[in-house]
Amino acid sequence: MSGEITHIFWSFGLFIVMLFVIGLYCVLMTYNLVRALIGLEILIKGVTLLIIVAGYVSGHIALAQSLVITLIVIEVVVMTVAVGIVFGIRHYNESLDTRAIEKLKG
Amino acid sequence: MYSSLILIPFFSVIVLNLPFRTLMKKSAFWVCIALSLIQIFAVLFSPTGSLGNLTEMFFSFLRVDLWIDNLSRIMLLCIGIVLFTAAWVQKELSKDEERQFNFMNVLLLLLAGLNGIVLVRDIFSLYVFLEITAVSSFILIGFNKERDAFEAAFKYIILSVIATALMLTSIGLLLMIAGDTSFATISATLKTSPDKLLAMFAVAIFLCAAFIKGGVMPFHGWLPDAYSASPASVSVILAGVVTKTVGVYTLIRIVYSVFGYSPALTLILLIVGTLSVVLGALAALGQSDFKRMLAYSSISQVGYIVLGLATGSMLGLAGAVFHLFNHSIFKSLLFVNSAAVESSTGTRNMDNLAGLAKKMPVTGTTSILASLSCAGIPPLAGFWSKLLIIVALWMGKFYAFAIIAALASILTLAYFLSLQRRVFFGKLREDLAHIKESGFGFLLSMTILALITIGAGLGFPFILNSFLLPVKTISGG
Amino acid sequence: MTLNIFILLALIAAALWTVMTRSLLRSALGLALTSIILTILMFQLDSPLAAVFELSVCAGLISVLFISTISLSLPLSEQEWMKHMRERMARFWFLPLLLILVAVVLSFMNIKPTIHLPAPDKIQDVRFVMWHLRRFDSMGQIIILLAGVFGVVILFKEKIKK
Repeated sequence: MSGEITHIFWSFGLFIVMLFVIGLYCVLMTYNLVRALIGLEILIKGVTLLIIVAGYVSGHIALAQSLVITLIVIEVVVMTVAVGIVFGIRHYNESLDTRAIEKLKG
Repeated sequence: MYSSLILIPFFSVIVLNLPFRTLMKKSAFWVCIALSLIQIFAVLFSPTGSLGNLTEMFFSFLRVDLWIDNLSRIMLLCIGIVLFTAAWVQKELSKDEERQFNFMNVLLLLLAGLNGIVLVRDIFSLYVFLEITAVSSFILIGFNKERDAFEAAFKYIILSVIATALMLTSIGLLLMIAGDTSFATISATLKTSPDKLLAMFAVAIFLCAAFIKGGVMPFHGWLPDAYSASPASVSVILAGVVTKTVGVYTLIRIVYSVFGYSPALTLILLIVGTLSVVLGALAALGQSDFKRMLAYSSISQVGYIVLGLATGSMLGLAGAVFHLFNHSIFKSLLFVNSAAVESSTGTRNMDNLAGLAKKMPVTGTTSILASLSCAGIPPLAGFWSKLLIIVALWMGKFYAFAIIAALASILTLAYFLSLQRRVFFGKLREDLAHIKESGFGFLLSMTILALITIGAGLGFPFILNSFLLPVKTISGG
Repeated sequence: MTLNIFILLALIAAALWTVMTRSLLRSALGLALTSIILTILMFQLDSPLAAVFELSVCAGLISVLFISTISLSLPLSEQEWMKHMRERMARFWFLPLLLILVAVVLSFMNIKPTIHLPAPDKIQDVRFVMWHLRRFDSMGQIIILLAGVFGVVILFKEKIKK
């Protein structure tokens, strides 16, 4: 029983690692502010999946769900503030520096 | 009693935003000052009474177990003192009532977040309060809406979210192994768990996350920008308590109360600490921006704290915690100095300044005190904490690291002498002839912080015996 | 489990598309799609409540946030667009290769030690856990929401002085 459950975790684990790679690659390689945030979102998606899977295999799915709900609320607030900062940066880039608009391309 | 330290800021924000806002707008600043004073007195005198019982009742409703030890007490004290000074600095800098009101509100939420980090005993609640602190700091960094500040805030957001993702990965794995997220369960599981490999992986990524949040050397990318670009009062609070609580306190708490020591962990801490100490000091030597130099100096000093933690001995931990306290005090003092210089002269570039000591005597004197304390000159407080750390390293048979740490304090002295010579000594430039000493808020906070530095140095034996040495005995249990 | 593998493959494909696609708008839509697939996966793993949150908040709210940001930015001219495309391809074409490499290496290394799991919880009701065991986190949520409100007031409402 334990062996089978572990097997489920490791198969999910492979895909979670792949999500992490996609998210980190996006954050590190892009020049676009919004795209960097999208990369971070993918990273957080991977973490969400990990917590749910961890709860599922260890039989603590209720606890894992309540953690994920908190996590999602926090994630939204962080992203809202991040978008606010991006608005600020874009304000300067449009009006002051043409070279800096390069940064807003993907 | 201490549990109310999270609730009071939270409820004061709600009360401040109730319908009578016009009345409340003027009082926001005083609420902030009052709360920081309450916090300082609560830590120093630990009162008990009806108020304490009332909040205990509320917290039993919240079903949370908070406990407090000397390490938390010292952190709460630092938070109170630095918040007090930051609020005064902000009052001096900004006259716009509406903006002042918003600033104080976010500052109160930041206070709730910081106190939460210090008090919780659950790894997921720790994450929740870390994020509260992080979100408030993002807002505060971008508060003046300057271009550099926005870019620094964005950089901070990216690194902070990556650190959070690492931390949550670790939490997920620990949840699977232990079945719960409280410190006690995880600590017990890690001692007995047969899944050594997975547990070690979880510990390693959590450490990485704490390193990023604390800005130690290989992970420091966001820190100099954030410190130098943010508004003056915000850099005081960022350097004084935010990174110290979010990164360093979390590191100490997690290593000490949850993960426990292992040879690999000691080695990682020693290497990271030494890198920060040496490279931070070298980088500070090459700066010409006042706040940027202080930021690199901050990285270097955090390295000492990590080294003290790495020894794992009682003496080393006492040194680390005392240095944490001292660093909060003298680094906020230096940032207040830089704010005073900037508001009087309009520049932070040290090449454009000289001879300010004659025009700004209080700023000059206190900054000399802070610099000497930071460089470890007896009998100021910084000397004792560095001495404890170096002695603990030597006694733990980490001879090479002890020698490097001792030599690096010469570098510290070098860059602070260079700072003093360029800003405060020498011949006064003609275009600076008209400047005056800074306002009351600056003078008050500078004087208080300088007195604490001197007092902690002179009263060192008392502090060591009553506050520092019991740190281990209590937090281990 | 086989069904789950297919859903997981779809999840990776959606995430890859989100990152690789040329237009920012499609990228934001791809993120919403990733979210929706994650929701399905969460239903599969016995966590309906968290799945609903993921669907409404992440797929809904965050997409709206991103799309409104993107739609306010200036469009590029044709030439700039072509240059930008070439530059972008040069940076992103080896992500799929990297992914395949990671997948192959991890499957061959086959690190699958059996994990010793703790005893499962007796209480399996999310509402109970949420309201009785994690009340403190709920208070944290309220504080962070307040912080978010002030963030919106400060960052969006106040004008930037030039």
